[in-house]
Amino acid sequence: MLRFIVSRLLQAIPVIFIVITATFFLVRAAPGGPFDDEKVVLPEVKRALEAQYKLDLPLHEQYIAYLTDLAQGDLGPSFKYPGRSVNEILFSGLPVTAELGFYALIIALIIGVLAGVSAALKPNTRQDYIPMTLAMIGICMPSFLLGPLLVLVFGIYLEWLPISGWGAIPGDKILPSITLGAAYAAYIARLSRAGMLEVLSQDYIRTARAKGLPEWKVVTKHGLRGGLIPVIAFLGPAFAGLLAGSFVVETIFQIPGLGRFYVQAAFNRDYTMILGTTVFLSTLIVLFNLLSDVTAAWLNPRLRAQFKGAA
Amino acid sequence: MKQSQYGHLLTVLLTLVISALVSACGTGESNVTQGNREGILHYGNGAEPQGLDPHVVTGVPENHLIRALFEGLAVKNPVTLEPEPGVAERWTFNEDRSVITFYLNPNAKWSNGEQVTADDFVWSWNRALHPETGNLYAYMLYPVKNAEAYAKGDVSEFSEVGVKALDETTLEVTLNAPTPYFIQLMDHYSTFAVHPETLLKFGKMTDRFTPWTRVGNIVSNGAFVLEDWALNRHIKMIKNQEYWDKDNVSLNGVVFYPTENEVSEERMFRVEQLHRTEGVPLDKVPVYREIPESPYMQDPYLGTYYYLVNIDRPPVDDVRVRQALSMSLDREQLARTVMQEVVIPAYSITPPGTLGYQPPKLFDFDPEKARQLLAEAGYPNGEGWPGLDIIYNTNEAHRKIAVAVQQMWKKYLNVDITISNQEWKVYLNAVSQRDFQVARRGWIGDYVDPNNFLDLFITDGGNNNTGFANDYYDEMILQLAPRAPTEEERFAIFHEAETLLMQQMPIIPIYTYATRHLVHPSVEGMSANLMDSLNLKYVKLVPGRKLPEELQ
Repeated sequence: MLRFIVSRLLQAIPVIFIVITATFFLVRAAPGGPFDDEKVVLPEVKRALEAQYKLDLPLHEQYIAYLTDLAQGDLGPSFKYPGRSVNEILFSGLPVTAELGFYALIIALIIGVLAGVSAALKPNTRQDYIPMTLAMIGICMPSFLLGPLLVLVFGIYLEWLPISGWGAIPGDKILPSITLGAAYAAYIARLSRAGMLEVLSQDYIRTARAKGLPEWKVVTKHGLRGGLIPVIAFLGPAFAGLLAGSFVVETIFQIPGLGRFYVQAAFNRDYTMILGTTVFLSTLIVLFNLLSDVTAAWLNPRLRAQFKGAA
Repeated sequence: MKQSQYGHLLTVLLTLVISALVSACGTGESNVTQGNREGILHYGNGAEPQGLDPHVVTGVPENHLIRALFEGLAVKNPVTLEPEPGVAERWTFNEDRSVITFYLNPNAKWSNGEQVTADDFVWSWNRALHPETGNLYAYMLYPVKNAEAYAKGDVSEFSEVGVKALDETTLEVTLNAPTPYFIQLMDHYSTFAVHPETLLKFGKMTDRFTPWTRVGNIVSNGAFVLEDWALNRHIKMIKNQEYWDKDNVSLNGVVFYPTENEVSEERMFRVEQLHRTEGVPLDKVPVYREIPESPYMQDPYLGTYYYLVNIDRPPVDDVRVRQALSMSLDREQLARTVMQEVVIPAYSITPPGTLGYQPPKLFDFDPEKARQLLAEAGYPNGEGWPGLDIIYNTNEAHRKIAVAVQQMWKKYLNVDITISNQEWKVYLNAVSQRDFQVARRGWIGDYVDPNNFLDLFITDGGNNNTGFANDYYDEMILQLAPRAPTEEERFAIFHEAETLLMQQMPIIPIYTYATRHLVHPSVEGMSANLMDSLNLKYVKLVPGRKLPEELQ
């Protein structure tokens, strides 16, 4: 098991390194620079600014300087917010994004598992088709469409819920969490349906039913345990995806999380901020994927045995 | 049985999630009600500010914050915009008005209780101009003798720059030439003093990255001091007890909110989370206008929206084509329909009424004459027209205007126009590289003087970007106007220069901006003026006043 984890960690290093390198050169290749503004920046001022941010150095030296700082955990100063470091901005937005991701995941789990399980109980009936069609729509509908749609219905027509903010107005966390969670709810519904269908056809379930156990007990006590393994394996990458993919939702709902800084940084050509968020999020994704692989391996007795044998 | 069990489980789980989502919410009392009782103003401030260092940051939200925290030598009267005492209690000019002596108020204090001295200004202006600081607004001090040379590194000793502390409270400023608007610039944050010891505690004079502006570190001299700064949530300030004029400050504090999204800002206003908004969504304007005693405030703003023309690219290299395009724009209709009457049609670059200056109006909407000019230029009824592209940065309002302009030119001149949106930095790059035929542009004045608009178009000016170059124009703006003996003569020179500019038409003016705010009825003392310049010192809150019923 340890060898598995170590080898996966070693594989992660070149992935992250490639992400850093590609991002570093791509942002610098984009037209326009961090100091371009509507009111023209005087050449003498631009020179001074470039010197302060080491942009006057040749590209390869900038790259080496960045990697050196990064190795010490320093993501550099933000271009757009002078006086703030990228590290600081990242850690100010992370708790909000994590909270949003957490709520979205809970919503996704509740809706997804309920829909998936109820579909699996009566396959190929209306109880199956309706939630699964909705799940398909959920997967296909991007959050930049679902968000404004929910805002239009619940925020503007019905005026039930606030349309923006985070923790400022009662209820303002509901719409963003649903918007972000919807697509994941749909995935989870399909995963849990498939898992449950497989489990419910097993002999031990037939035995449980033959014993005369009530159906809900068969499902919750015997069915869910095996049926939800694929869902649990999916949670790791799902949470990483929620953190990295929240920027659309954060932008729609004006949430002070990481995502908005990420998007704004690209518009502002805030080089260090773009790189910092990319490096941070890609590391998170790699880590969560690893975590989920380890969990899946641990949950699956056959894989577990394989590791034991290998070790 | 099975169904009801699931139903039960679902209800419990949903209740749990909803209560989690609703938790950490405030009490039932709105910000406005609570603020009115406690004397705290809740202020929608547009984008999240870059920072609070007066010599480092630029922008409108930053301006609001910095001018609440700091005070310059002079401030603007919120109604007339005429300068009035700030840190300096008075100032005198020498005979040719090229030397100004500021007499500082001995009661002007930093928030740590120390006196604001003339040396603080000398030190701060050195910082503002120093080549290593990289101050985008360094040019605000260029009227000062040798300031430009120092900023460019041509003069290395700051002692050669025309600013001297004669004693603790006397500051002498020597200008290159008489500059009638110089006192106004003293209310611009780039000319403010910062507290030298505080900055030096955290780094060198020219450092941009130090945490000196953070809560607990910052020392300032304005009506308010910084209390809390939660990134992307709010900035809280409380009344400065060391401020020399604190008896005239009515508010106990201000909370600034980043409100980039106008739609959500408007909703925050309606649920009384804000006393004042930075903007109003265009489509809500007609609704607000219908309301009796509406909180909607619309006032002319010192800014012009125009199209830059690259006069080196055909077909707009021909002045007749440029004139034809300009004359065939029905600005009144554009302002009425696309812009919901929130703007004023413009026929020149300088907004009307800039300190009494009235710009020339050389043309009107005249499609007949426009067609004639186009025919003279070789495109009768649009025949042989090589095409023309308008670029604008991605934004719904810019797009609507471009589409309307495209349609008008098609309708009145029968010429085909393409419009291209570009991402902000790509657009800026295209404009600065002059890689365009026609480009959207806006200019907001930094100070109230025609000079601020007309000096954009001097030969090779950084913001010119049109290719327009005229020696006589340059002479009028750079030599003749500053030396004019009276204001009337100076304005006459500007009028002549602007007439020349509008004859050559390197720009097509479209409209003069107007500001749009929602202001709660409990707020008093937010006077409208051309600069949208607010001095929070004069703002008062009157409890008990409600929003009109239509908004509740």
